[in-house]
Amino acid sequence: MLVHITTDIIDVARHYAEFARQNSQVGAVAMFAGRVRGDEQDSLTLEHYPNMTEKQLSNILQRAEERFSLLDGLVIHRIGRMTPTEDIVLVLAAAKHRHHAIHAVDFIMDYLKTEATFWKKEVIQGKSQWVDARSSDTIAKNRWT
Amino acid sequence: MKILYFGALRERIGRGSESITLPQDIKSARDLKHFLIAQDTRYQHALDGPHTVCVAIDQEHAQWEDSIEHATEVAFFPPVTGG
Repeated sequence: MLVHITTDIIDVARHYAEFARQNSQVGAVAMFAGRVRGDEQDSLTLEHYPNMTEKQLSNILQRAEERFSLLDGLVIHRIGRMTPTEDIVLVLAAAKHRHHAIHAVDFIMDYLKTEATFWKKEVIQGKSQWVDARSSDTIAKNRWT
Repeated sequence: MKILYFGALRERIGRGSESITLPQDIKSARDLKHFLIAQDTRYQHALDGPHTVCVAIDQEHAQWEDSIEHATEVAFFPPVTGG
């Protein structure tokens, strides 16, 4: 299980390859990559609460591991300034069964979006503004309770 | 006690953190919020305005009635928007 917060560009192919190699006995790996939208955002800047964020993400990953019998999991989240087509977050889950891996990724993202201490500021057509939290994210999380 | 601010709330207050010696009658997260609101209009705008404010005590999400008496760090921030 790995949680990592970074200012660097997330190299999805490299992380997937490494994760797959470390889990060579496992038949199912599910992946989610959240990206900066290319349709209207000029850039995004993410800030976080150092230490608390890592603790939150580890806790979410641990809950996913127990609930979906994960054999391995990985969450990488970027902070700082990023531009369209760059990845904001990468989640990988390895399990014996496909549905467990897929549901685990969904679960991790629902909790990440509502509990992990990140804040997004977007620039659209040169105008900078903080992104508001969406109630649909909380509704999505509540599916799991 | 160390107090931290994040996101839009940090910008409204104009700083990311500060250390404050609190009066003894400040016992809950709500007490601390009201103590800060009484300091000046920037805190009032950030913590008592129309925006939702969340609180964490020693790096755990908390409720307003939770005790801060043994806490070393309290953070105020808007609802999270990662991912």
